[in-house]
Amino acid sequence: MAYLNISHVEKTFVTGAKRAEVLRDIQLDIEKGEFVSIIGHSGCGKSTLLNLIAGLTDVTKGGIKLDGYEVKAPGPDRAVVFQNHSLLPWLTVYDNVKLAVDKVFRGKKSKAERHDWILHNLDLVQMRHAADKRPGEISGGMRQRVGIARALAMEPKVLLLDEPFGALDALTRAHLQDAVMDIHARLGNTMIMITHDVDEAVLLADRIVMMTNGPAATIGDVLDVPLARPRDRIAAATDPAYLKARQAVLRFLYERHRFVEAAE
Amino acid sequence: MSVVTKLTPKTQGLAPVATISALPSRPRKRLVLPGWAKGLAVNTVPPLMVMLVILAIWEIAFSAPGSNLPTPSVVWMESADLILEPFYVYGSQDIGLGWRVLTSLERVAYGFGFASIIGILIGAVIGQSIWMMRGLDPIFQVLRTVPPLAWLPISLAAFMDSRPSAIFVIFITAIWPIIINTAAGVRNIPADYRNVAKVLRLNQIEFFFKIMVPAAAPYIFSGLRIGVGLSWLAIVAAEMLTGGVGIGFFIWDAWNSSRLTDIIVALVYIGLVGLLLDKLVSFIGRVVTRGTSEA
Repeated sequence: MAYLNISHVEKTFVTGAKRAEVLRDIQLDIEKGEFVSIIGHSGCGKSTLLNLIAGLTDVTKGGIKLDGYEVKAPGPDRAVVFQNHSLLPWLTVYDNVKLAVDKVFRGKKSKAERHDWILHNLDLVQMRHAADKRPGEISGGMRQRVGIARALAMEPKVLLLDEPFGALDALTRAHLQDAVMDIHARLGNTMIMITHDVDEAVLLADRIVMMTNGPAATIGDVLDVPLARPRDRIAAATDPAYLKARQAVLRFLYERHRFVEAAE
Repeated sequence: MSVVTKLTPKTQGLAPVATISALPSRPRKRLVLPGWAKGLAVNTVPPLMVMLVILAIWEIAFSAPGSNLPTPSVVWMESADLILEPFYVYGSQDIGLGWRVLTSLERVAYGFGFASIIGILIGAVIGQSIWMMRGLDPIFQVLRTVPPLAWLPISLAAFMDSRPSAIFVIFITAIWPIIINTAAGVRNIPADYRNVAKVLRLNQIEFFFKIMVPAAAPYIFSGLRIGVGLSWLAIVAAEMLTGGVGIGFFIWDAWNSSRLTDIIVALVYIGLVGLLLDKLVSFIGRVVTRGTSEA
């Protein structure tokens, strides 16, 4: 069985007498070390899918298995990088990572080892210099880096990124994409990233999962991206394989599953 | 007619430009203050001026022979010792106002302290649970409108002693805003912080200290600030009835012995201490919530 196995997952939200079927028959296998992007129009339930994998939301039908264990509740083996960084503003950058490290590694690592581990993870995202700053004192891109460091520091089996760069400007976003690619190359983590940016999806992912429009969205198509790593954004821009993959995603999003503003 | 035409003759009547160039040779003397002194002056001079005016009006209004209230000068003549020596001790019942204020503050510290701890805990529980909220909120909304002194007879009956009764009155007065504000703060904890706690699998106690209290701190402190103000209101009133050596009883005692000037001095004390309490809590709040209000 695959490392992460999502089988026949269905999610229906019930509020009072209203039933809203968000996801239907989601079927996906992800191998260890794979980088998967999930793309789709807004409202297609891609964040819901991520929350299901994270365990923050319960599945209605079907099941999710990670490394042989059924996903039932959230846990540090499925660390999430949230869209708006969600660092605790009253803690310094160091303490934000420390909160996670202390919780996950208490009893497994000594105090000195935990300290080194925190700094090591801040180094991975090049944020050691801001260790004593509070989230309010650093830029949005830096906050998101710290959010990634906090998630990495939990040593998750799978790292879940929920539109991590959606709120950033294009240049900062490119820097962070490079940072994530670099981390993926060095650590070989399994990563699942939600995005609505076609270039981001193609550049970062081994496979792109394309979602149909909601309600009752499902996986419309899965595209392999046969680009060699390490990838370089400038070289990729003229690479035929990149352009072909990009075109396939665009075609899926704008021809086969055009987004129609939902009239509620 | 417009203003311009009226002004024209004036401008024409001014001295020629050449003489103006002579002005810099004799600069006007101007008080130059350093930054901090300027700030201090801006904040202290206007209220001092206003106070002087009020005192003057008061002096004039009540200086007629046979008026009911003493004038400021009479207050000074008869009660200067209270103002100048807050910490004298002439006997067990004859002590300076400073000591009396401290006695009252001690009671406030107990009552308000208990109210803070229990209020924050109850508020946290209510904020976390929608059902507790639905069940308890209406009761709290009713109880919080009960005036402090209305609790006193029940409290006296329960404790059979004036000291714990006074402390209980403060407790029961201060606790409602603390509960209600804490609950509001906990309800407003962003979902993101809760998700972080879930992913990290923080237990209830870790969640309380690491997420809930810091996240709700701004709300909690606005509750504490209201609470400390109400405590001070309540203690003065409660002491009038329960006796003892507090500032509230001093006022009642002074009224019974017709020392109106002493009462006026005591009122100023109460006002200033109340202001200090408020500033103190809001200062602590500012320091503690430094991080939370950012970002």
